Amino acid sequence: MSCCSEEYTLKEKIVEKLQDFRGRDRSDSYLIPALQIVQEEYGYLSRQHLDEVARLLSVPYARVTGVASFYQFFNFQPAGEYEIIICTGTACHVRGAGAVFDRFLEELGVEPEEPTEDGKFSVTDARCVGACSKAPVVIIEEKVYSHVAPDDVPDILADFGYSP
Amino acid sequence: MNSEDKISLVIDGIRTEVEPGATIMDAADQVGVHIPRLCYHPELSILGACRICIVELEKREQLVASCSYPAEEDMVVKTSSPELRRHRRDIVELILDNHPKDCQTCVRDGNCELQDSAYSLGVRERLFEGERKQYPEDNSSPSIHREPDKCILCGRCVRVCDEVQGVTNLWQQNRGFESVAAPAHNADIMESVCIHCGQCVNVCPTASIVENNVTDEVFEAIADPDLHVVVQTAPSIRAALGEGFGYDPGTPVAGKMVTALKMMGFDAVFDTDLGADLTIIEEADEFLNRFEAGEKLPLITSCSPGWVSFLETFYPELIPNASTCKSPMSMLSSLTKSYYAEQAGIAPENIYSVAAMPCTAKKYEAARPEHETPWGAPYTDAVLTTRELIWMCKCMGVDFRNLPDSQFDRPLGTASGGGDIFGTTGGVTEAALRTAYERFTGETLTNVDFMEVRGVQGLREATIELDGHNVNIGVANGLQNAKELFERLLSGEKEYHMLEIMACPGGCVGGGGQPYPPEDTFALDPELVKKRAQALYTIDSSKQLRKSHENPDIKELYSYYLGEPNSERAHKLLHTSYKPSERQGIK
Amino acid sequence: MTEQAKTLTSNPGTEKARVIVCAGTPCVSAGALDIYEEFEERLSAVDLPAEVVLEDEKVENEGLSLDLTGCPGFCEQGPLVRIDPVGILYTNVTVEDVETIIDKTLAQGEVIEDLCYEDVSGQRVLRENEISFYSSQKRLVLDNCGYIRPDSLGDYRRAGGLKALQKVLAEMTPEQVCDQILASNLRGRGGAGYPTGQKWKFTLSQQAEEKFIVANCDEGDPGAFMDRSLIEGDPYRVLEGMIIGAYAVGASQGFVYIRIEYPLAIKRLEKAVENLREQGFLGKNILDSGLDLDIDIRRGAGAFVCGEETALLHSIEGKRGMPRPRPPYPSQSGLWDRPTVINNVETLANVPDIINRGADWYSDIGTENSPGTKVFALAGDVVNTGLVEVPMGISLEEVVNEIGGGVPGGKKLKAVQTGGPAGGCIPADELDVKVDFESLAEKGSIMGSGGMIVMDEETCMVDLAKYFIEFSREESCGKCTPCREGNTRLLEILERITRGAGKEEDIDLLRRLSELEQKASLCGLGQAAPNPVVSTLDYFEEEYRRHIEEQECPAGACRYLVTYLIEADPCVGCGACARVCPVDCISGESQEPHEIDQNECIKCGQCYEVCNFEAVLRK
Ligand SMILES: Cc1cc2nc3c(=O)[nH]c(=O)nc-3n(C[C@H](O)[C@H](O)[C@H](O)COP(=O)(O)O)c2cc1C
Ligand code: FES
Ligand code: FES
Repeated sequence: MSCCSEEYTLKEKIVEKLQDFRGRDRSDSYLIPALQIVQEEYGYLSRQHLDEVARLLSVPYARVTGVASFYQFFNFQPAGEYEIIICTGTACHVRGAGAVFDRFLEELGVEPEEPTEDGKFSVTDARCVGACSKAPVVIIEEKVYSHVAPDDVPDILADFGYSP
Repeated sequence: MNSEDKISLVIDGIRTEVEPGATIMDAADQVGVHIPRLCYHPELSILGACRICIVELEKREQLVASCSYPAEEDMVVKTSSPELRRHRRDIVELILDNHPKDCQTCVRDGNCELQDSAYSLGVRERLFEGERKQYPEDNSSPSIHREPDKCILCGRCVRVCDEVQGVTNLWQQNRGFESVAAPAHNADIMESVCIHCGQCVNVCPTASIVENNVTDEVFEAIADPDLHVVVQTAPSIRAALGEGFGYDPGTPVAGKMVTALKMMGFDAVFDTDLGADLTIIEEADEFLNRFEAGEKLPLITSCSPGWVSFLETFYPELIPNASTCKSPMSMLSSLTKSYYAEQAGIAPENIYSVAAMPCTAKKYEAARPEHETPWGAPYTDAVLTTRELIWMCKCMGVDFRNLPDSQFDRPLGTASGGGDIFGTTGGVTEAALRTAYERFTGETLTNVDFMEVRGVQGLREATIELDGHNVNIGVANGLQNAKELFERLLSGEKEYHMLEIMACPGGCVGGGGQPYPPEDTFALDPELVKKRAQALYTIDSSKQLRKSHENPDIKELYSYYLGEPNSERAHKLLHTSYKPSERQGIK
Repeated sequence: MTEQAKTLTSNPGTEKARVIVCAGTPCVSAGALDIYEEFEERLSAVDLPAEVVLEDEKVENEGLSLDLTGCPGFCEQGPLVRIDPVGILYTNVTVEDVETIIDKTLAQGEVIEDLCYEDVSGQRVLRENEISFYSSQKRLVLDNCGYIRPDSLGDYRRAGGLKALQKVLAEMTPEQVCDQILASNLRGRGGAGYPTGQKWKFTLSQQAEEKFIVANCDEGDPGAFMDRSLIEGDPYRVLEGMIIGAYAVGASQGFVYIRIEYPLAIKRLEKAVENLREQGFLGKNILDSGLDLDIDIRRGAGAFVCGEETALLHSIEGKRGMPRPRPPYPSQSGLWDRPTVINNVETLANVPDIINRGADWYSDIGTENSPGTKVFALAGDVVNTGLVEVPMGISLEEVVNEIGGGVPGGKKLKAVQTGGPAGGCIPADELDVKVDFESLAEKGSIMGSGGMIVMDEETCMVDLAKYFIEFSREESCGKCTPCREGNTRLLEILERITRGAGKEEDIDLLRRLSELEQKASLCGLGQAAPNPVVSTLDYFEEEYRRHIEEQECPAGACRYLVTYLIEADPCVGCGACARVCPVDCISGESQEPHEIDQNECIKCGQCYEVCNFEAVLRK
């Protein structure tokens, strides 16, 4: 039917992968892997892509968004070019990660997860990244900053070309 | 099953036996102990979410949810204690603390399961109040109105939409404190794959999902001296309206209903059942044509607007099979603003046509562009659910129980028993068979009761012999059942000639606009639905006039106005068309 | 020391030396990669029979976590460099040290004392296994970690791997395997401590056309990374345990459910599964035994509650990770309603040794009711942080002081938190408590999955409870009322207490809500979420009261309740505090004592941090 045109905006390799999932037993159990693939490719899940995943796996739309919105790993808006990850695991919390987190938001003038106007930075927290001995820990573009204090924030941002 | 297989346990000191698989709640119900409950619904899967139904087990610190915990041999259960009452009270308070504080002005004030729980569990003060979740209201749909702030996450709407209707338009979204039951992307109803059937309204314990209320518009129309306000009433509301006034379910109240409507100021009260008779005539004709030509079979009925939306959203490939007949309501509205207007000498523009329906989807149907008059107004100006009608009566102080009976007005007030039974699953088929038989064979049908197609089971099949031809019939109510029927049809497993599909479980008697059930029963209760259906069969069998094509008003209508079934005028006024929805659902 | 150094120098260069640079996340953050590169560059320029190894080629970054080797766990002292085969361990290595290490140790067999670990008594310790951090440990499941190449099935087999599996398949019936595990009294390491043998036996007894086995590596407790290190360091051990489990219960399909935040562990697992499949240890008719088993790896997507077994199963099925009421238990009705056994990865890692060495050997380790060892992630205010594996029944005191080296900076120990957000805290005066399931529970805490956080006197117990409740609130799945709503209300109450706006009745309300949530919640998350509140209330109610009644935080941690003052005497008027103050509320002439305007102060504490003269006081 023309109404159900099988055109997808997802990349072909992803469509193929999802069609492969669809062909397997208990194919709806691949919903989360499918969403992970899309998220990893595009950095977030757009409305369009979520609907396409639903169609490709034949899982109702509401269930797809219900699942996606349940898990923290999925974003619904693109992250900044540089995603600033602040560990808020126990060790980091105890050693002041909260203040570091707030300082990043303050410096950049954004809310958590919301990218700066130029799309360059966004700030997010993470559960323990496994570097507790270096707490508090901040990770940007795979660069790990240890023992970060709020006052280090401007310098860290400067490393990525930020000037207030 | 012998008693050895049964499970024996003690509830509040009373020893009782239950079948294996029964829950503690089942056992308690059996001994007459009503454990409070909110998320539990007998016709839906078990969720175990609200935790109001907690009970104590002997030698166990942890409390268990009785709705989901299986009865075990020699279990000793306590359903009430000061601690349990305190915990239950606290749970209800926690729900209330995250719920708007507008009970006095809420549409379900006095008729809300949360309010009842708060009252009966003794929430008299607030200890834990704090932040509340906030979501915008959704007013987009003519049928369904959502206030997510009032959602208590019992999950009933999610389950009914998925498990019973197979639509799966609602699901829990987000997580934790921010959770809410909503369509994909938290979109508005009109941007979703909602089919407007209103079963979510029926099962919602609060006012989080209700019908879009139009009682104000109707009151205003009645008060407008320039408008001639006409009302029609669907077959199944006469079998359920009484529940709103303390009658037992299944008490037919047609006569009082007509009186009440007249008292309320409607200028004429017509019977949708006549529209049903007319639908039968047109549809029987359509069927015979298709059957002879061997085309577009099976013919699928189209009087249930929830089903029509489902068709357009989920099964566009079956659109050619759907009967092009308008629903009884829309047929009657079309005739009201044409035939009746002409007969009564009223300008059709001045007629305001109201339909009292058991259905929320009828509101959506009325607003469809296909059902617009040439001058741009809808043929049906307002659709009231049974619930809204009950409220209007109460609002106007109509003493329903003490009203005398009245008759529907002519020329659109006479109906055959065939039209009456339209309101229950299998009724359309039976009425159609009564007419088709005589048309097909040219003989008079003496036994008009087609018991083969009666019953409230969700999915039924029958083969009827018509003049040497076998006609395979499928009847489904509840769209999950319809899906199964289509599965059989589309896979080629089965050949059908005619399918009757009603969106709501049990047909219109179980419609999404029917009264919130009285105590001792519940929405989707098969017993309740059966009683309402029985009322319609009783009306049918007590009539002389049982066959649609024998309806004298209809005969008159054809001879003076429409000509033949399927004539050009009949086509213009009584038929419609369908198209695939923009947002296609996922089966 | 000199003795040992001599043995090393006696035959330099005869055996090829391996320089192992730990690429654990902590070490990398301290510069391990640069050290590795420096080694590589310099070694290529000299002619020495030595190679440098940074397990897993180059660090390939995927998302959050950086690549790790089988981290030996001594993260506090990183970057770590070990010289094998002699096993010299250098700690806190810098790039500048590389040249010296090559010149002295590799070329001449000389030990560089300054780089050796200095223990509490000031002694330099040469070898890894002589350091008290390691010597008080008992490494069973971590035995191979840091010593074998995690990707290499050959290394694993040379270390004795897969013998147990071969034995099971060749000589034992499933019943016998279940019985042996039951006899060992191995208890689940995922938190609840349920006897693994019983779970297996029950699953074995279920009639079904299909059964499943699931390894739980969701490990969501903040501050816990035992399971990750185990999989990164020795993935085959976990998989071997899993295959044995599958045989024992009759499962034909296995799933490993692992956090997506663990990319390296995932990669290692994938590789290990592939190798096992290639070598016929997975697939159809494994080792001709008739056992069919395949293992699928499913990544989590960031939901702590998915560690709960029924939520985890829903997640594997592609649903929201919301727990469901039990019974039925997964062993009756799990994945797709089939009998399913779920075990924690550390539990599974214990299995091969139990098969190899016998149930008696195992039950002799640890205590009677809690045999074996337990891995903890030791963190917080303690000198040596990292991964430790200890026999059950060891005292908490030993873990904190011997292995952990006590509280740094001369501060006093206040409490130890175990069990993460589901756990409780053990106050300093109860430190002789034994570390086993029952003893910790008696003190109001739990064993949990292995998080252990040491807290000094500057930790506020209300703030700690608030932190964990905030975590639980974030992670609540939202299904059941007590947990969804209750955590929010608990948090609100704790927040107002830490702001100094607590009410008289708040302690009662906290207890009342906690009890409700503990008793009436649907799953373990809600049932355990209030534990940190209840246990801090039990041991530190006075501290709560001080917050409420006197608007005072005795630990000086609650920002709203502390006051910063400048003491005139020690203040030299350097102006450092005034310069960092974000709201310019510190004034004073140069060289004169400064003053803080209390009305303007936002209590950020930066003046306190920056002052070199201890003139800023926190009260
Ligand atoms: C909220 C919650 C989180 C849990 N997280 C984990 C986890 O990360 N890893 C784990 O092995 N078990 C976890 N569990 C315990 C599991 O439900 C289950 O008991 C365990 O995997 C069983 O394995 P075991 O018997 O080997 O311990 C968690 C339980 C709850 C209630
Ligand atoms: S808590 Fe931050 S690295 Fe562990
Ligand atoms: S009725 Fe049992 S948990 Fe809701």
